[in-house]
Amino acid sequence: MRRIIAILLENEAGALSRIVGLFAQRNYNIESLTVAPTDDETLSRLTLTTRGDDSKIEQITKQLHKLIEVVKLVDLTEGDHVERELMLVKVRAEGATRDEVKRTVDIFRGQIVDVTNTTYTIQLTGPSDKLDAFIRAIGRTIVLEVARTGVSGMGRGDKILSL
Amino acid sequence: MTEMMSGGDMLIRALQDEGVEYVFGYPGGSALHIYDAIFRQQRVEHILVRHEQAATHMADGYARATGRPGVVLVTSGPGATNAITGIATAYMDSIPIVVISGQVPNDLIGTDAFQETDMVGVSRPVVKHSFLVKNAAEIPLVVKKAFYIATSGRPGPVVIDVPKDTTDPAITAPYEYPRSVSLRSYNPATRGHTGQIRRAVDALVRAKRPVIYTGGGLVQGEGSDQLTRLARRLDFPVTNTLMGLGGYPATDRQFLGMLGMHGTFEANNAMHAADLILAVGARFDDRVTNNPAKFCPQATVVHIDIDPASISKIIPAHIPIVGPVRAVLDEMETQVNSLLEKHPELPDRDALAKWWAQIEQWRDAHGLDHDLLAKGSAGDVILPQHAVQALYKATDGNAYVTSDVGQHQMFAAQYYKFDSPRRWINSGGLGTMGFGLPAAMGVQFAFPNATVACVTGEGSFMMNMQELSTCQQYALPIKIVNLNNAALGMVKQWQDMQYGGRHSHSTYREALPNFVKLVESFGHIGIKIERLADLEPAMKEAFSDKNRRRLVFLDVQVDPDEHVYPMAIRGGSMRDMFLAKGETT
Ligand SMILES: Cc1ncc(C[n+]2csc(CCOP(=O)(O)OP(=O)(O)O)c2C)c(N)n1
Ligand SMILES: [Mg+2]
Repeated sequence: MRRIIAILLENEAGALSRIVGLFAQRNYNIESLTVAPTDDETLSRLTLTTRGDDSKIEQITKQLHKLIEVVKLVDLTEGDHVERELMLVKVRAEGATRDEVKRTVDIFRGQIVDVTNTTYTIQLTGPSDKLDAFIRAIGRTIVLEVARTGVSGMGRGDKILSL
Repeated sequence: MTEMMSGGDMLIRALQDEGVEYVFGYPGGSALHIYDAIFRQQRVEHILVRHEQAATHMADGYARATGRPGVVLVTSGPGATNAITGIATAYMDSIPIVVISGQVPNDLIGTDAFQETDMVGVSRPVVKHSFLVKNAAEIPLVVKKAFYIATSGRPGPVVIDVPKDTTDPAITAPYEYPRSVSLRSYNPATRGHTGQIRRAVDALVRAKRPVIYTGGGLVQGEGSDQLTRLARRLDFPVTNTLMGLGGYPATDRQFLGMLGMHGTFEANNAMHAADLILAVGARFDDRVTNNPAKFCPQATVVHIDIDPASISKIIPAHIPIVGPVRAVLDEMETQVNSLLEKHPELPDRDALAKWWAQIEQWRDAHGLDHDLLAKGSAGDVILPQHAVQALYKATDGNAYVTSDVGQHQMFAAQYYKFDSPRRWINSGGLGTMGFGLPAAMGVQFAFPNATVACVTGEGSFMMNMQELSTCQQYALPIKIVNLNNAALGMVKQWQDMQYGGRHSHSTYREALPNFVKLVESFGHIGIKIERLADLEPAMKEAFSDKNRRRLVFLDVQVDPDEHVYPMAIRGGSMRDMFLAKGETT
């Protein structure tokens, strides 16, 4: 099962490499990883997605907790949560496909953020599966380049991950 | 009244303030400012080793014997990488050591400078934590944190990588050693959950076929007295892991011996048939469980450990208790006592009597023979077991015994009966050949007047024998018992059992040195023993008062064909064992 783990990490040199190293060392896989400083500049927030059954995820979260620089973490997929990913897609847009792409972008509530005679660059935000669905909808053949940020997420309601 | 000091002086001053007695180290370019600081003080004694790996094992042996952290100092590059095996050894067995490595100056990091290695990166998978010092001013706090992290919670090695510019004598900063340190991201448990302990106690007192299984965590967590009282109060059988020997007195009636791959028949059978297992500071290593799918099918598992990640990692625990073993066992004892007062019918004495009868039957059928020495041998051949029994006799069972890795290690674990914790010192988790001698040295430094023996094999011994020179320099009177089978015996045993007797690169009889001359050339005493009749007299000689201040090396020529039994049958349950050549359960 796919899991989204959000981590508050000391914003220190080398902290990220310990997280990534842990996954490599223990044969866990990382599907996506995003990290950036938070409003509290001593902390980074990291969101990673991985896969595994309950016991594997339990081990992963326990091992993460053992890292000295991990301050707090939560498995967002254990409860209701919001998940978002941002994607930039550059597509070949010529002739009739130009309008068609534009319509699909509107349906997915995306934005065209850069235009040339032959290309569109589209920005799209949403859960990862929505981004996947968009790529399928416009068709892979016209896709020139894709950049995705990886998942970021938060628990719904008054569940809060902070100090 | 904060003093101004250079980073090098601060580092050594911080070690003083931390109460460090010894630093085991080896100098080099990046560490020279630090070495100069060592030269200009007296309180911390530096021990000059002959190889950085040995320095880490010495610090490790010191830590295992005393419970206090061991300290290592090495230079950058090759000095640092040589230390890695010892760091990994300490990591696998959760031993608190602090390793200070010199590093190239900050402005050269990343340039492939002379003797530059990314020590923080190279050591990352085998440390509890590591620091790269950025400037001199942060050295006191970094040292304080390093010792705190190494020794608290589940202990482990911590690396402090020190770029040369941060120890420059020309740059000073105010020195103040922090009294305490707290880390918002690191808060090891200080006690167990009372409700969980109650659940565990309820299960314990009602068990009909209980076994207490304890590991290195009980030794390191200083919980042996508590555990021993609890076991006696309940009349439960106890088994120890390879790392846990001495956690429960081995000469006690309730002790079943070691469990696992080379564990006793009675310990492994009792585990398999148990209806309750109380695991204390043990981690269900694959060398214990054999096939986890077939592990103890009827047992309720209660697991006490300081590290939550050890719980339910391999074997799901029915009743997990996270906490320091000593505090948890204290609370457990209180609860057991008050429960037994209220319920005089508990524990179930009839069931326990039956259980003990069964265990005694196992013990009688295939238990280890601790009287081999008295029985002699055909052709006066020395079995490795004889040598360990003779050592036990010559030292009254009171020595600190370190070991290496191989058959000799298992024979030592099986036949030397450890009655107290911290006496048996071996590399259980990583299985590092070359550990024994330097570990013994660390122990001898900690306890200059104690009897310290190293049970080794000629293969393992040759992996760190250069330290005989260090032993000479510091007059360490270690007694080395070399169970010389002229082979990588444990490898050869596996080849006998699993590879049709094809001894691929596991023998070297013709190429072995004359060990007696070898040790003599380092200024020590060597005795070669070839007949059983000579074994006990030689042991007596080695441990005689005359040789109290001398290193004596006993080169015991043992039967090269001997195998270690019992031995778990791979893929089976704990009760599936080879009992002798060609004989299985
Ligand atoms: C550094 C290292 N290399 C290889 C091994 C694999 N190994 C385990 S036991 C063993 C043989 C040990 O020989 P010796 O020290 O003579 O002990 P014996 O088994 O003969 O008693 C080997 C090679 C190891 N444990 N450690
Ligand atoms: Mg050998």
